[in-house]
Amino acid sequence: MKIQTILAAGAMTVAAVAAQNAQAGAVLDGIKAKGFVQCGVNTGLPGFSAANAEGKWEGIDVDVCRATAAALLGDANAVQYTPLTAAQRFTALQSGEIDILSRNTTATTTRDAKLGLTFVGINYYDGQGFLIPKALGVSSATELDGATVCVEPGTTTELNLADYFRAKGMSFEPVVIENINEATAAFFSGRCDVYTTDASGLASIRTQMAENPADYVILPEIISKEPLGPVVAQGDEQWSDVVRWAFTAMIEAEEYGVTMENVDDMKANSTNPGIQRLLGVTPGMGEALGLDEAWAYNIVKQVGNYGESYEKNVTAKLGLERGLNALWTDGGLQYAWPIR
Amino acid sequence: MSKPQNAPGDVRSKGLVDYLNDENVRAVLYQIIAIGLIVLAGWYLVSNTLYNLEQQNISTGYGFLDLEASFEISETMIDYSAKSSYASALMVGLLNTVKVSLLGIILCTIIGTIFGVARLSSNWIVRKLATVYVETFRNIPVLLQLFFWYALIPSAFPHPRDALEPLPGVLLTSRGMYMPVPEPDNAYTFMAIAAAIACVIIYFVKKWAKKRQDATGKPFPMLLAGLGIFVGLVFLAYLAGGAPTEMSMPALKGFNIRGGYNISPEFMAVLIGLTVYTSTYVAEVVRSGIQAVPNGQWEAADSLGIKRSVALRKVILPQSMRVAIPPLTNQYLNLTKNSSLAVAVGYPDLVSVSNTTMNQTGQAIEAISIFMSIYLGLSLLTSLFMNWFNKKMALVER
Repeated sequence: MKIQTILAAGAMTVAAVAAQNAQAGAVLDGIKAKGFVQCGVNTGLPGFSAANAEGKWEGIDVDVCRATAAALLGDANAVQYTPLTAAQRFTALQSGEIDILSRNTTATTTRDAKLGLTFVGINYYDGQGFLIPKALGVSSATELDGATVCVEPGTTTELNLADYFRAKGMSFEPVVIENINEATAAFFSGRCDVYTTDASGLASIRTQMAENPADYVILPEIISKEPLGPVVAQGDEQWSDVVRWAFTAMIEAEEYGVTMENVDDMKANSTNPGIQRLLGVTPGMGEALGLDEAWAYNIVKQVGNYGESYEKNVTAKLGLERGLNALWTDGGLQYAWPIR
Repeated sequence: MSKPQNAPGDVRSKGLVDYLNDENVRAVLYQIIAIGLIVLAGWYLVSNTLYNLEQQNISTGYGFLDLEASFEISETMIDYSAKSSYASALMVGLLNTVKVSLLGIILCTIIGTIFGVARLSSNWIVRKLATVYVETFRNIPVLLQLFFWYALIPSAFPHPRDALEPLPGVLLTSRGMYMPVPEPDNAYTFMAIAAAIACVIIYFVKKWAKKRQDATGKPFPMLLAGLGIFVGLVFLAYLAGGAPTEMSMPALKGFNIRGGYNISPEFMAVLIGLTVYTSTYVAEVVRSGIQAVPNGQWEAADSLGIKRSVALRKVILPQSMRVAIPPLTNQYLNLTKNSSLAVAVGYPDLVSVSNTTMNQTGQAIEAISIFMSIYLGLSLLTSLFMNWFNKKMALVER
């Protein structure tokens, strides 16, 4: 009798644990239940994601998480941040430790297909460049034969670097350090001749971390395409839709000229059917996504449109112009899928 | 099997309950259940993991090892380029781990022994200095020590363009230390073969010397003879190979110093950090080992008229070794395992390369399983060797 009871209890435990396997909709339900979005960000890349003097996270990558929280939970501050190195980021997402990875991550075939990830949009079009002390007198990347190069491991940057030098028949010595702060410290101490990462990252390192930014120069060559964007794990399509359209709403709002300041006025007075649909005056979009009809209104009101986010974070902090990240109507690549 | 528990004359046939009450049956049953539960738990974990990975569309398997790695590694002991496979990248990492661990074990033993003996010195200053050394470095986390050395080395030395040259051909820079090495030549292969032959000869001479001493009591100057055989043979091979003198000298060329042999700051930081940290523990092991041998052993050796140096070698050390070897094994294992912290300062060890591999391929479970089994293997090998050594050193009871 006793043994039978124990066996039965054991069988039930196994069955109960087995039922906890991944299920569609699990991420979205989990976020609603806990009341916040767990967002994986960079350990410190000013302009993209970095904690400010008060310990508040800010940056263009952080704003994607805030927009998602505003759309789903109605509160842009319902976000908790997990700072991750390049090498940690995908495991954190695959294991469900974070709900969304918004950490200047390049979209590639391998990552999309083999790692079980979904890239939901591109919030920054970038390319890889080289940062070098002016004193070395180098004016082009083609003069870098034999240089020592600091690079973060587990990045596309690391692979492009090897590709570039191989293609040019040049040699280099990599110094591979995982933590971005340790890596930049090694560069500034003279351990490496060159630091390589995305051009925006170089601008961030040069303007925010160098003692005297004028001593360093970014070489003109851009050696790769780096479409950076937020990523979610595969398996919860509803959740990836929410992130995709929350980000799209930021661009669409800029296209319509809806800003943090005029969003209330637009909601009350605009007669443009597109704006009415976006802000939920004409209902339907929220329902389609399983969100409140005020989802996009909340985003613009609390986070701002894409242009505002870019201006506040990238232009103000790093001095980078819109370039490829201008709206398509201004000659850039940012182009929102229509919200209708 | 035990006898039936039933009283004699009991005609009842043996039922299930009687079986379950039998101690021997129970003992077997419990073991079967325990093993069954472990297998069930293991099966559940594996199948659940595979199921979840499949659900998330994450690819599995070790097929990625043959793919092109496409990333460069700074320090390689074997031929490696971005064109090589992930498997050879991991091999490079493994060799780097073994290199830093082996050197660390040798150095920490030497330094630790010196400080361990110094802690027992009759000289007050020497004793106190050794105590300060041991207590300081033993009580700072080893990761912080690695960061300290890595922050110190590149900033303490100048850029390669104004390298320090303390000895001709030896350059100290923020990119590490460079020294001249001989250009590759056939003579060096001959010398390696000669060294191996010398070792075999020394082994047999030693056997003969011991036999003679056992028979006649005449000691043989083994150390001198051995050294003579070794140096003589190797030198002969060098001459036979044409006595090459060409050296690869390090010199500034372009951005960096080319030629010679480079010891990188990453390697130095890891080696110094691990050696210093572990040597404090070795010092304590050595001190306790010596103190564990009772003073009466010295006195007994004295009264037999044995020279003090011989008494140390033949009486005291064998006994203190017996105390010291097992804890020493632990320290060697710790050093090997701590070498995985090298990833923090950018030394391309096994963990560093595995991390990169994991990230570029997304095969986290596979990569981790590979480096975990390699560390397990390294540790077991070290243990096996030290156990063998311990047995050899143990006093043989007659």
